[in-house]
Amino acid sequence: MSARHFVHPTAILRHAALLSSGTLILVPFVWMLSLSLKPPGEIFGASFSLLPHHWYAVENYQRALTSAPLLRYMANGLIVCAAILALQIAVCAPAGYALAKLRFKGRDVIFALVLIGLLLPHQVLSLPLFILGYQLNILNTYAALIFPYVVSPFGIFLFRQFFKTIPDDVVHAARLDGLPEISIVWRIMVPMALPAVIAFSIFSVVSHWNDLFWPLIAVRSEELMPPPLGIMAFRNEEAGNDYGPLMAAATLVVLPLVLAFVAAQRWFVEGLTGGAVK
Amino acid sequence: MKNRRLRSNRLMETLAAWVLVGPAVALLVVLFFVPVGAVFLIALTDWQFGARTLNFIGLANFREVFSDPGFRASLANTVIYVLIVVPGTVLAGLLVALLIESGKSLRTFYRAIHFVPFMATLTAMAIAWEALLHPTIGLVNQTLGALGLPTANWLRDEATVLPVLAAIGIWQNLGFSMVLFLAGLKSIPRDLYDAADIDGADSWLDRLRTVTLPMLGPVTMFVVIVVALRAFEAFDTVKVLTQGGPGHASEVLLFTLYRESFEYLRTGYGAAVAVVFLVIVMVLTLSQARVMDNRVHYQ
Repeated sequence: MSARHFVHPTAILRHAALLSSGTLILVPFVWMLSLSLKPPGEIFGASFSLLPHHWYAVENYQRALTSAPLLRYMANGLIVCAAILALQIAVCAPAGYALAKLRFKGRDVIFALVLIGLLLPHQVLSLPLFILGYQLNILNTYAALIFPYVVSPFGIFLFRQFFKTIPDDVVHAARLDGLPEISIVWRIMVPMALPAVIAFSIFSVVSHWNDLFWPLIAVRSEELMPPPLGIMAFRNEEAGNDYGPLMAAATLVVLPLVLAFVAAQRWFVEGLTGGAVK
Repeated sequence: MKNRRLRSNRLMETLAAWVLVGPAVALLVVLFFVPVGAVFLIALTDWQFGARTLNFIGLANFREVFSDPGFRASLANTVIYVLIVVPGTVLAGLLVALLIESGKSLRTFYRAIHFVPFMATLTAMAIAWEALLHPTIGLVNQTLGALGLPTANWLRDEATVLPVLAAIGIWQNLGFSMVLFLAGLKSIPRDLYDAADIDGADSWLDRLRTVTLPMLGPVTMFVVIVVALRAFEAFDTVKVLTQGGPGHASEVLLFTLYRESFEYLRTGYGAAVAVVFLVIVMVLTLSQARVMDNRVHYQ
């Protein structure tokens, strides 16, 4: 009882343990940031310090942005993620609504297909999808980066689960008002399912911003590369052992998602771990 | 009259449903189910990407895959990698979750810090890890050297490369298992602790042993399988840091799949590797479904 009123030794131990494990977790981020601020002489020097003696940040970040088309990579990532997300919602929300609220022949079979789709690891599909992209003559375009992900079984599943929690009365009332089904989806259901939309958006954008496997297969031109592929190319071709600009580039690639995470932590945790409970 | 209206309503509903679900079904078939079927078919042929002809050769690709020392090394490496990453990630995640839940202050802060690696772009972070592990200027060797401990060329040494990649895997997934355990801890009913209290289990360790850990059993099984699935899909760190080397020391299944299919263009062989990979993942996922079923009965 009285333990609550002063700082208990176990509370101090708890903070000490969590601060040390947290520090260890952050070491790669801190090291990356630290190297991105240093001139080559200090990076390869024997002495060790977190902050540079001579600040070299401007030079490193400038080189990262000019000797590799880093902004282009990030713009590509943005374009691809936005297109994938928009198409996924456009395809999955109506399907989720039909599976949740309409009675029709074949519904159970379709839902079973969605569940099987959930289980398939996407990398297994890469070879036939590569051949399909080749046949359609869209390899090495934005379309190649986008088309495999236009439909998301997880998206359909998530929308269905959320729409099921919305009372049928809402749907009946909208029908009595004369709304066609498609308008019910977009004007009633999706706005009511905003938490599901946000969680799914975070899941989708984080997965595709970070994806290396499929872009590696789908595109060759530097102008089309999303950030992970771009930074790998930058390391292989330009920077080599020139760590300052390379770490600056890595920092810039990681930064948007980390900032978004800091701003909306709860949503990120929900969106990203909800995907595991599929 | 009423019957007919009901029937036409039914028809309208079916029609509306198919309009709404049709595009998704068509895309699922074209982008998921035809490709899965195609992988199995290609694995049974001698087809090479770009060739005009193909022959069915039965299971010859699978025989070749399993007699290939490279593939066997890859399979063995993947298993070792998973066997390091899963216990490491699960235990570390559980420990951090228990520590966070054992007090009230700074919970969100600690959760956030441990979760960051899970969402940070792994390709970029792999490059940061490479700098950390650099044989001469890396922080790891500098620290070990300063402490008088032996150093290593971590990513170029056959003995260390796989454990080091697994350590990065644990670093990346720890926050994920922590969040799942935090959710599991929240769902333990408070009155169980009260009951344990009455039974004389009043120390933190007693409560942990008699209530917390037994109640976390089903969640733990779930975390083990989900983390194992993620570990089987390891690719980015291998591609960026080692290309499977030195020798075959860090080659894992997805990297083999990628290299055979898209760099060497050995299409039939690559498809056979994909089938093996799919079977492993499916067995794991189905056991997850069983675990989830058991959990429902359990509660």
